[in-house]
Amino acid sequence: MRFAITLLVVIAIASAIGTVLRQNEPFNAYINEFGPFWFEVFRSLDLHAVYNAWWFLLILAFLVVSTGTCLVRHTPQMLRDMRSFREHAREASLRQFAQQAEWPSGLQADAVLASARERLSAAGFRFRESPQDGTTLIAGKRGSWNRWGYVLAHSAIVLICIGGLVDGNVPLKLAMLIGDKQPTRYGQLLDTIPAPSRLGPDNPSFRGNVFLPEGSRSNAAMLNYEDGMLLQELPFSLVLKRFTIDHYANGMPKRFVSDLIVVWPDGRQKEASIEVNKPLVVDGITLYQASFEDGGSRVDWRLRSLGPFVSSKTGSGRIGESAALSAGGQDFQVEYTGFKAINVENLDEAAEAPRSAFASLTDSAVSRRVDQAMQNVGPSFQYKLRDSAGQAREFLAYHLPVVRGGLPVALIGMRESPGEPFRFLRIPVDDGTTDAWYAFRATLMDPAKRPAIVKAFVAAASSEETSNALRQQLAISADQALKLFAERGYARLGEFIEKNIPEKDRDKAAEIFVRLLQGMAWEAWKLNRQNVTSSVPQDPARIAWLTTAMTSVSDAFHLGTPVVLEPTGFEEVRASVIQLTRSPGKPLVYLGSLLLVLGIFIMFYIHDQRLFLLVKPGADGCQVLFAMTAVRRTLDFESTFNRLTNELATATGSLIEINEPTPADCDTTAP
Amino acid sequence: MNSEPTLGRSTNTWRRPPSDWGFALLVVAGVAYAFLQTGATMDGYDRAILILAAPAFIALGWAWRPLRAFFAACAAIALLAINLYQGDGTRAESAFLLKYLIASQSAILWMSALYLLATASYWFGLLSRSGFATRAGSTLTWAATVMGSSGLLVRWHETYLKGAEVGHIPVSNLYEVFVLFALLTALIYLNYETRYRTRQLGAFVLLVITAAVAFLLWYTATRDAQIIQPLVPALQSWWMKLHVPANFVGYGAFAIAAMVGLARLLAQRGILATRLPVLPVLDDIMYRAIAVGFAFFTVATILGALWAAEAWGTYWQWDPKETWALIVWLNYAAWLHVRLNRQLRDSVLAWWAFVGLLITTFAFVGVNMFLSGLHSYGNL
Repeated sequence: MRFAITLLVVIAIASAIGTVLRQNEPFNAYINEFGPFWFEVFRSLDLHAVYNAWWFLLILAFLVVSTGTCLVRHTPQMLRDMRSFREHAREASLRQFAQQAEWPSGLQADAVLASARERLSAAGFRFRESPQDGTTLIAGKRGSWNRWGYVLAHSAIVLICIGGLVDGNVPLKLAMLIGDKQPTRYGQLLDTIPAPSRLGPDNPSFRGNVFLPEGSRSNAAMLNYEDGMLLQELPFSLVLKRFTIDHYANGMPKRFVSDLIVVWPDGRQKEASIEVNKPLVVDGITLYQASFEDGGSRVDWRLRSLGPFVSSKTGSGRIGESAALSAGGQDFQVEYTGFKAINVENLDEAAEAPRSAFASLTDSAVSRRVDQAMQNVGPSFQYKLRDSAGQAREFLAYHLPVVRGGLPVALIGMRESPGEPFRFLRIPVDDGTTDAWYAFRATLMDPAKRPAIVKAFVAAASSEETSNALRQQLAISADQALKLFAERGYARLGEFIEKNIPEKDRDKAAEIFVRLLQGMAWEAWKLNRQNVTSSVPQDPARIAWLTTAMTSVSDAFHLGTPVVLEPTGFEEVRASVIQLTRSPGKPLVYLGSLLLVLGIFIMFYIHDQRLFLLVKPGADGCQVLFAMTAVRRTLDFESTFNRLTNELATATGSLIEINEPTPADCDTTAP
Repeated sequence: MNSEPTLGRSTNTWRRPPSDWGFALLVVAGVAYAFLQTGATMDGYDRAILILAAPAFIALGWAWRPLRAFFAACAAIALLAINLYQGDGTRAESAFLLKYLIASQSAILWMSALYLLATASYWFGLLSRSGFATRAGSTLTWAATVMGSSGLLVRWHETYLKGAEVGHIPVSNLYEVFVLFALLTALIYLNYETRYRTRQLGAFVLLVITAAVAFLLWYTATRDAQIIQPLVPALQSWWMKLHVPANFVGYGAFAIAAMVGLARLLAQRGILATRLPVLPVLDDIMYRAIAVGFAFFTVATILGALWAAEAWGTYWQWDPKETWALIVWLNYAAWLHVRLNRQLRDSVLAWWAFVGLLITTFAFVGVNMFLSGLHSYGNL
């Protein structure tokens, strides 16, 4: 028993390790996180794959062997026990029982026995009688099935463990040990994978994935093994006709459906659809909708300059590919990393405002507040720009403008490492395009155009009375403001103010700089247009555009890149990931599970009880000794004993009052 | 109270009082009505579950009489709410009764308030030896359970008001299962209250329910958790109707065992000892709760494995939730073996049951908070 307890606890602790430490990650991930020393320690103990580690399997084997041994040792005795009535029990041993009662009866032995028999049968006891030296012993039992509970539950554990081991990667491990198989690395062409890393279609137990872009065909699945993979050849090919995602009204995905064609080598075909929760079984292999990915969508783009040059380059690429790109005298590698046709985002800016806890608590479950904020903002694409030094920045660009702060803006996200969230640049859109903003930015940044902007600004800001000296002073300040802004945006202006202006005047200086820049922004915008004449912008939308435009010109410096790719079009290609499994241990595990449930319920709820009624004939009547025992001596058992005692005593004509209170009848609180 | 009125097995199923048959008839009528209303939209498995629900509810009502009034009250409130909705979800904000009493979120807030009152009442009763206060605690617990259960029933209807495609049984996310946990824990406890004729343990058991209610309120206030969301594809399955409730019978029973264990640990040190039931009774309740919990948890885990085999492609893949379910199972399997070992008893068992609650809580909420996996249906 102690061994069983220890084993159960050890398995629990070992299982917990595998949930704390991420399992089956690439080895590099562990080295990065824990360092090479600890990685070696982990690896030697297989902590990266606890549930397949030799020591874990050894513990499970222990469980199987010890449970099996227990079963073999105890079952025959239990079955004997079940059948036996123990009708040869002696009076002396009955008097050792914790539950016993005795009463004299005025009836004759035959009458006592007759009414006892009737009572006991009604209560569901089966019994045998044995006369012993003039006395008669009724030995009864009920619920002997209880013992089967033990046998069923414990054999279930053995079955489940064996079934699980067959379906785990033990067979694969053995193949590796024998030495004719070995894993290979990911990222090779399937045809070039060597024979030792291929498993034949007759492999009895496996679990692998097939990555299928729409329209493509595959006859092999990839099996994860340690830090590499094995190729599982299939007895058929799979063609993905179409992969569909249905959405709910609020944009959440509702259904993932792969329309497949199964093609056998002899030319037979079968069409079928699989969904999450609706797998398909083909030749004993079960196919599941596991996940989906991009299958190589095409993205078209226009190169946009954020440097001192103009670009009108366009191009396109497919997700998963990469290509060289040179712009502004620099060489880049573009890596197309992702595409999403639908992005459901929370765009309700009011929803971001803090609400009182009470308002949230009392909101109805049917409220649409959260849903209304959710909107599909259309497709997005993700790419990395890697410079010649190998440094990469990752960008996320939305194809369509979204409305932020009442203004349509194009969003460009940037991050320097995959772990960070994207930081977004909001470029204001004019007539559906960002052309105006890029032209506006180029004008502001261009040193050659600065004198013209300053000149126009000074002219607009002064009247006829303005003195020449003042005009000159204004021109110098304006020129300086714009020059600083063009260097690194508002951040550069801030630095300048902090360095050159005494603390008490800084707020005022900042305000003046901002006013100068606002004025010049208008002039710069006008410079790109012929027919605008007013000296200050009138249209509130234009004012908002200019403010956002200036902020984004300033923020664009933080992107740290001279170019971005602006999406102009796409062609989506989806891919479905289908999991294929062959698990010969499954029937064993399911049978084990059924037995386990049966066994547990039988053990808990069929009470194994035995009783003995010894009737000793006396001068006028007889003496009755009643004793009871059970496998589980719960309070229920005690009250059953007390009730039975009362009933039997009454039925057998007891001459004394037996009124032992049952525990459930009395107040269970201590006095 | 014991379900065996005489020598045990002599109760004949067919020889029952008319009230038993009347109740059975009502359940059958209710299920038939539900079937006529919704049967057409369900698949075969869902229909089978609905039909089999009738004998299950009848058996429960026969085994424990107070459940009959409880079922009747929940059904009446739910039907009234459905009637008031008139198929229009926005009436949750305008119809007075819905808004302040029986729309699901209102009912669940009432449930929360009543459980808190019940806890206070039980504690007052325990400390001041006031039988009136503990009786009030019982009544409040029943009332809270009626409100919460009808709240979940109404919520079931509301999921369909949100959209026909959205409709689902409300046991699909952390908010819903926290309500379910509180309800099932309360019901199992109330059953023990009648079975053992003691109300003294309410103070302890209701502490767990209070903790669940506190979490529920925080979760609702900060995450809009009560707002109904459609099901992700993996959850769209009839398995959910079996797997989740079975699991929470397990969690609820384990929670009760832990709190009774705590009461025992205090009582054996002389704390509250004269106010609590005697130690053998505490041990017996603890065993009974763990037995129920273990049996249902086993069923739930197996159902989960069967479902996983359909949804995720394999019946077992050491997902953190699966693994922690196994750890919980192993823990209580060990407890049951410890109980058979006569050298290690009683106080070890009480400690073990109490620590078991920490493990169970981690499997229930901790995994969602700290570990990631496929079974992430209530993210924290």
